[in-house]
Amino acid sequence: MSGTSGHVDGRIDLDLIAEMIAPGSRVLDVGCGDGDLLALLQSKKNVDGRGVELSQEGVNASVTRGLAVVQGDADTDLADYPDDAFDYVILSQTIQATRNPKEVLRAMKRIGRRVVVSFPNFGNWRVRLKLLFDGRMPETRSLGHSWYDTPNIHLCTLLDFAALCDDLGLDIEDAVILTGDKARRISNPGTLANLFASDAVFLLSRRN
Amino acid sequence: MNTIGKAGRPGGDSGPYSTEFEEAGIRVRRASVTFGPGEPLALDSGVELSPFTISYETYGELDAAKSNVVLVCHALTGDQYAASTQPHTGKPGWWTSMIGPGKPIDTDRFFVICQNVIGGCMGTTGPRDVAPSTGRPYGLDFPVITIADMVRAQAMLLDKLGIGEIFCVIGGSMGGMQVLQWAAAYPDRVFSAIPIATAARHSAQNIAFHEVGRQAIMADPEWKQGAYLAHGTNPAKGLAVARMAAHITYLSEAALHRKFGRNLQDRDSITYGFDADFQIESYLRHQGSTFVDRFDANSYLYITRAMDYFDLADDFGGVLANAFKGTKSRFCVVSFTSDWLFPTSDNRQIVHALNAAAAKVSFVEIKTDKGHDAFLLDEPEMFATLRGFIGSAARAKGIGA
Repeated sequence: MSGTSGHVDGRIDLDLIAEMIAPGSRVLDVGCGDGDLLALLQSKKNVDGRGVELSQEGVNASVTRGLAVVQGDADTDLADYPDDAFDYVILSQTIQATRNPKEVLRAMKRIGRRVVVSFPNFGNWRVRLKLLFDGRMPETRSLGHSWYDTPNIHLCTLLDFAALCDDLGLDIEDAVILTGDKARRISNPGTLANLFASDAVFLLSRRN
Repeated sequence: MNTIGKAGRPGGDSGPYSTEFEEAGIRVRRASVTFGPGEPLALDSGVELSPFTISYETYGELDAAKSNVVLVCHALTGDQYAASTQPHTGKPGWWTSMIGPGKPIDTDRFFVICQNVIGGCMGTTGPRDVAPSTGRPYGLDFPVITIADMVRAQAMLLDKLGIGEIFCVIGGSMGGMQVLQWAAAYPDRVFSAIPIATAARHSAQNIAFHEVGRQAIMADPEWKQGAYLAHGTNPAKGLAVARMAAHITYLSEAALHRKFGRNLQDRDSITYGFDADFQIESYLRHQGSTFVDRFDANSYLYITRAMDYFDLADDFGGVLANAFKGTKSRFCVVSFTSDWLFPTSDNRQIVHALNAAAAKVSFVEIKTDKGHDAFLLDEPEMFATLRGFIGSAARAKGIGA
């Protein structure tokens, strides 16, 4: 997993995630970077927040802000957390950079009652057209890396992600997609959303 | 050894501080406090140690609210001279890189206390001191002590000084064990805790190394079943070997290679003998011989034993997380990539338990090739992390800059 993903337009993403978090809850941000989201959630939602971050710089920056952040890897170190430890476990723009997204998601489901995941949509029409007409691996605003140096090794589309959630027994409670700079709530990730979303934020809960 | 005995006894109960001076911009105060017959130290072994003395040092000034106390816990062969010149060796304190004006533990801001542990040999009561019942040095009659006993004694001193809550308790190696014990035994008195390069229990490998050291001491004919002071002998050779073996464990293969490689000592070729041909041999011999001038062999036995016995989870039904249940303290755990004595996995177990207890915990693994000793050395990333952690904790506690 990379400490900071290839995504460049993080601010809207953070606000969208913050909207989904109930005030006063316990939150774990996996791949928290410099702690921007945790700081936002603490000030806006009064959460009791914790973070996991791979990079030394990210951990130091977070700790200096007074955040409780553990240096670790989403792929291996979520095992350190007990069942039901958090109300929300968040993975912001990081799942595509994990080695084993399914196991990471499974661990998040075990640790948190709810799971929030945001990721770039590889099903977006721009991506499809670039591959179709240029015949080259797409580089977009959300995916600004060459194929050989990208940290994003497990890209997926909205439909792929929804299928994985279904497979893991995670229900989609809420979903918001980004089209350009506009955020739009969707009831279900269908064909059109999959075509137009550049990014998506999913709020997931365990299936009863 | 006997010279330490005389020099290591600053003047008993002569007021709160027996010595006070300025060094490197730090207001240093040195003192010993004796706890009389009415205030015994109740040891884990069931023995009550009385009377006993604690020698300690302070840096900086206590604020009016007594809110700015940083308790520094020393390691196996450390002492209370953390940031001042060690009076017996003339060498700088062992943590001058960390403690001082503008340093991560800022003496312009915090009131720093470092106490010699119980069982030690720098003024706090240990096996070198005279047992009241016999009138002779304790030797092996000194009761076996534990990390919890060390911490209990420290708490008694703080009680005596009128200090309730500690803003931050910090230490590496055995000092880190004390930090964990403080957090578990006195959660309401610990605002923040920094255990560095440590473990919640001593590993089999570490017990094994300690046993080698102890056997080296006990194999020295001058040890005399621990009664060397009465016999006027000194098991310096055994203690030196113990120190040499231990010192290897504080370094790393990479650091040894970088510093010494297979370089020869003051010669151009090997001598076909058992002289110190290699620089590493000469270095270790030097480490051994200087150590015996400042440390007591029996103290080494007792303090290594205390580390061996440390198993924090054992006191909490075998579940380490229970040691931290309900804790409000904030923690910052630090490990080093090349530390094979207290490897990252040991430190992660602490993090794991703190997570399970829903504690506020931060953790960093510092990249270095310097091995276990890295916590004593110039490690900018460690300083950056701790500066950040201590600074944010001070803001949360409302301690002025």
